[in-house]
Amino acid sequence: MNLILFLLISTFIPPFISVRDTPNDAGKSITVSWELPEAVTVEALVLERMGADEQTVTVATLPGTEQGYVDEDVTDRQPYRYRVAAVAGADTVWSAWSAVVSSSPQFFNWARVNILVAMLIFFALVIYFIEHAKAGRYLFVRRIAGLDAVEEAVGRATEMGKPIVYVPGLGSVADIATIASLNILGEVAKKTAQYDSALLVPNRDPIVYTVAREVVKEAYTKAGRPDAFKPDNIFFVTSEQFAYAAAVDGLMVREKPATNFFLGTFWAESLILAETGATTGAIQIAGTDSVFQLPFFITACDYTLIGEELYAASAYLSREPLLLGSLKGQDYGKLLIIVIVFLGSVLLLLSKIPALGFFSNILNFFNVS
Amino acid sequence: MRRSLPLAICLGMGILMMIQFFVPHPVSVAFYDLTTKWIRIVSAFALVLGVGSLILYHTDRLRRQRPGWAYSIVTLVALVVTAVIGLAWGVKPGSPLQEVLFKNMLVPLNASMFAILAFYMASAAYRAFRARTKEAALLLIAAFVVMLGMVPVGESLWHKLPEVAEWVLSVPNMAAKRAILFGVALGAIATSLKVILGIERGWLGGGKG
Repeated sequence: MNLILFLLISTFIPPFISVRDTPNDAGKSITVSWELPEAVTVEALVLERMGADEQTVTVATLPGTEQGYVDEDVTDRQPYRYRVAAVAGADTVWSAWSAVVSSSPQFFNWARVNILVAMLIFFALVIYFIEHAKAGRYLFVRRIAGLDAVEEAVGRATEMGKPIVYVPGLGSVADIATIASLNILGEVAKKTAQYDSALLVPNRDPIVYTVAREVVKEAYTKAGRPDAFKPDNIFFVTSEQFAYAAAVDGLMVREKPATNFFLGTFWAESLILAETGATTGAIQIAGTDSVFQLPFFITACDYTLIGEELYAASAYLSREPLLLGSLKGQDYGKLLIIVIVFLGSVLLLLSKIPALGFFSNILNFFNVS
Repeated sequence: MRRSLPLAICLGMGILMMIQFFVPHPVSVAFYDLTTKWIRIVSAFALVLGVGSLILYHTDRLRRQRPGWAYSIVTLVALVVTAVIGLAWGVKPGSPLQEVLFKNMLVPLNASMFAILAFYMASAAYRAFRARTKEAALLLIAAFVVMLGMVPVGESLWHKLPEVAEWVLSVPNMAAKRAILFGVALGAIATSLKVILGIERGWLGGGKG
């Protein structure tokens, strides 16, 4: 036995093993942690568990540098004890058994309390401004060129006697960008019904297809033109990403639409669609929340709704006070984030001063990782 | 009733899913799993409607002999052949569906479409980099520096160029990206709230309940 290793480990390991029910989880998990003195080099660690039946089970064999382990092979509300062994060459030194611990599921994830607070503040802001709008007060909304162009784009299609192609993105109905796109589709469909233009809506997702068809149908009914609604113009193409892109490209090349709308979730096919559309000479209005696809749309389209403008579009087009009120709430939410980012930067700088280290605790509250 | 029932379901499920995010208890996890299973089941039913739409759309094109109607024959034949092979031999690895249709047809076709992107990128870059305005000139300079800094010849021209390229990407570019993401996140939350509360009804065709 290496005498120094034995002395160090037998002296330091037993008091340093700690066990606890893993916090903020669904149960069936115990967190074991330990500390080894820095002077000791251990080749491997062996973790053992003893249950209520006093049977010992080897839980894990770990590298000597590990300082903890999460045991997810336990039963809730059963008592367990743990011990860890340090292995160096042929020598093995066991720590004492830990205190008794048992796992249980939690009803609230305290690590997410900051998200809850932020969410409640933001909800309060949005609801406050919605009530504000309900009271009939004027709310200023800045001009969005891409949305101002919708009327012009639909009018152009009518004048040219060519159709409008509306691509509601490739996302599923669970994507918020798709929901936003379907909201805009309703407004665009109302205008196409009023102007008597043809509206073609190729879909990649079957659920989006069924919703899009209902949205367009309702819009035509609201515009007083239910007879002009053609269900065949809203159709499902395929769920395959590039097959869908090929089909929409083919549609644009054959039909030579006057206007193309690309609004929703897009991936690598964004440029394939937008460039093909540009070659057909159509006015193109695009919008997505994907920062990776935005440059492609900005390059290849006439107007691009950048990020949040996509979500603001239905409020902007419909001018409904309730929707405009929520837009105002969003703006104040952004202002709040700017203030927090600024304060966070100041706190981070201050926390680097040794005497003001407690500021790091305040900073931790904003950690959502 | 036609509107109020979906709105009530939306409100109930929206609130439950929000609560679910903060509750790690197994009951909450089981509820989430059940919901995702339901989404899959609903998707399967919607797929039937989707395939129905596909058949109707292409048979209509064939009947009316619209431009490019011959492609509709290809689509319908592909649909039937894929379905028959899948039903007869299954969809497991090694089946004709996987080996012939997927590996030897669908994958190369997808790869071809993806490859076209390179040419579109070149044409889009040409258009974007024409320095007609101050903004376009700035974009051109930034892109030139970043591209040059990312290749070995850039470093041999000036040893600081990779650092400058990295700075452009990680400071001004990242700042703009994060600003967009903040707006997107808030927009997404506000849209969700409006949908849950029934203020935004565009997905139902709009209007009052």
